[in-house]
Amino acid sequence: MTFLKSFLSTAATSALMAGAAIAEPALIYDLGGKFDKSFNEAAFNGAERWAKETGGQFREIELKSEAQREQALRRFAEAGANPIITMGFAMADPLTSVAPDYPNTKFVVVDVTWIEGDNIRQIGFAEHEGSYLVGLLAEMASKSGTVGFIGGMDVPLIRQFGCGYAQGAKAANPDAKIIANMTGTTASAWNDPVKGSELAKAQISQGADVIYAAAGGTGVGVLQTAADENILSIGVDSNQNYLHPGQVLTSMLKRVDVAVYDAMKAGDTVETGVFILGLAEDGVGYALDEYNADLITPEMKAAVDEARAKIISGEIKVASYYDNDNCPVLDF
Amino acid sequence: MDKMPKWADVVLIPLISLILATAISALVILGIGEDPVAAVKIMVSGALGSTLGWGYTLYYATNFMFTGLAVAVAFHARLFNIGGEGQAMLGGLGVAVACLYIPWPHWSLALIGAGTLAALFGAAWAAIPAWLQARRGSHIVITTIMFNFIAASVLNYLVVDIMRPKGARDTATARFPDSVHLPTLHELLAPIGVPFSKAGPANVSLLVAVAACLLIWLLIWRSRLGYEIRAYGHSETGALYAGISPVRITMITMLISGGLAGMMAINNVMGEAERLVLNATEEAGFIGIAVALMGRSHPLGVFLAAILFGFLYQGGAELALMTQIPSELIVVIQALVILFTGALDNMVRMPIEKLFVTLGRMRA
Repeated sequence: MTFLKSFLSTAATSALMAGAAIAEPALIYDLGGKFDKSFNEAAFNGAERWAKETGGQFREIELKSEAQREQALRRFAEAGANPIITMGFAMADPLTSVAPDYPNTKFVVVDVTWIEGDNIRQIGFAEHEGSYLVGLLAEMASKSGTVGFIGGMDVPLIRQFGCGYAQGAKAANPDAKIIANMTGTTASAWNDPVKGSELAKAQISQGADVIYAAAGGTGVGVLQTAADENILSIGVDSNQNYLHPGQVLTSMLKRVDVAVYDAMKAGDTVETGVFILGLAEDGVGYALDEYNADLITPEMKAAVDEARAKIISGEIKVASYYDNDNCPVLDF
Repeated sequence: MDKMPKWADVVLIPLISLILATAISALVILGIGEDPVAAVKIMVSGALGSTLGWGYTLYYATNFMFTGLAVAVAFHARLFNIGGEGQAMLGGLGVAVACLYIPWPHWSLALIGAGTLAALFGAAWAAIPAWLQARRGSHIVITTIMFNFIAASVLNYLVVDIMRPKGARDTATARFPDSVHLPTLHELLAPIGVPFSKAGPANVSLLVAVAACLLIWLLIWRSRLGYEIRAYGHSETGALYAGISPVRITMITMLISGGLAGMMAINNVMGEAERLVLNATEEAGFIGIAVALMGRSHPLGVFLAAILFGFLYQGGAELALMTQIPSELIVVIQALVILFTGALDNMVRMPIEKLFVTLGRMRA
């Protein structure tokens, strides 16, 4: 009953306020779920920050099935949410069919840069550039010269992370050995800390003493095992240095939170088009805070900052996996 | 009367199970401080209150009809096919191959062609565990579930490394050409003057699924092969004595089962996504087990149970959209229904059976 009442009263209010346009932003999380400690959670953090600062409210949904992608887009658009912020490359196809039907709604999509649409803000991150920096740090911190990479689901996006990482490690030491593993071939690979832990142990037994996890919730297991076995690990997307102080070398930051925060702040006037956020835009980077300050030596810091400047100036070109669907220094 | 009547078996017991599951779900929703009555209202109006809702409910139900029938057919031969998931994935591959590489002049021909290939791929995937069971005695529960993982890896390799258009970042094949677009319920019903939402993904595959229910009923209860399958399921030694070959029945049953699971792809891959995405099956193969259990392996039961689960899926999505109820809790509600209707069936069945037997004795 209460629902019906509140529904009717909302309907009445919105009828009264018709034209006043009170648009709430909406946020659609990808299948990994809202609290994955990385990609989706970063979006949630950005949205929460906006909500706290402005006192605004946002609508949200965690997708549970592929068919819900289009459904959620349409329902939010019809409910008047604006802008509608979506996460992940799998939203590209549903957006191309939904966005033209709602020309007055702004759509924001993270990790998509290649679709058509005047009312879509597409945000891509140069993950390979950020991964290059942490790969450089990993190889410099490694005593064995062997570094590990553990990806989540075996998809091109994660190969992009691994490829940049391998290039960074090779830049620090041309003889660097990189062991790369993917957690799995289904969506459960994003949330399988036990498997992440097993892979980390396997890589340690092959000599790896720094391991980079680009695997969503699976990475929690990688970081835990690395800490237990007294080797270093590297977090991803959000700053994960605090999870094991002094044992996480750094985190590859992908500022999804900033992208979401900015979009919500701009509201329905958000600028559309394609935006690639790389090192120059601080869209990606490496994390340095009180938890890992002792792990990053002055030489490492100098080297990584120099590499960062050179990538921004174009002097160093980090190859992208997408260009030829392969990686020059690493086989997947 | 020393047995309970048929209607109690088919209608009463599932109904009581359902009511119990709903009651406990309501308690859980109350426990997190939300209003269960409002929640049920949202689910019902969201899934059944509009043609858009029906479009999604029937779309999910179509998937579950195929996978539910697949499990049900195998049950009759006392084979537990947990591999519906993998067989449906391979079916998706069959549909993708048919739609991408063959120029079809009309959707109806494409549906027949793609459906056949989907069934063949699904059946082929079921054939290996079936052969291992029939000839080598490897338990089919273990082998079919392992084949799900192999199927996921095969699909990942083929879709990401072979079929993905160059440079595309989405883990999917190219879009199928327009000529293989299956008519949705909107397009089917519009000519006869019935308005149906354009956005609902339910399509002509629903009719194929219903036809499959009918055909499976004919097969199991009206054909010689069906009799052999049931005889084998009741008693292997008895069937052997009657001259029924266990190897032959195991193989044929699993081929039919795998074919049905594979056929699901005409709905989710060809009808809805119109391209093969990696995550296409979304555990419909596993839901099929619950659907078959709840439907007591009878095609009509499977049909009804599939619609119930379609309702739960669509209603759950609506609940996630309209309320602050966390999505984990929606999974809990779905799980409770599966638990009560599938796993805890005997908990309700035994007392009811006893009740009917006592009633029968008192009358006698």
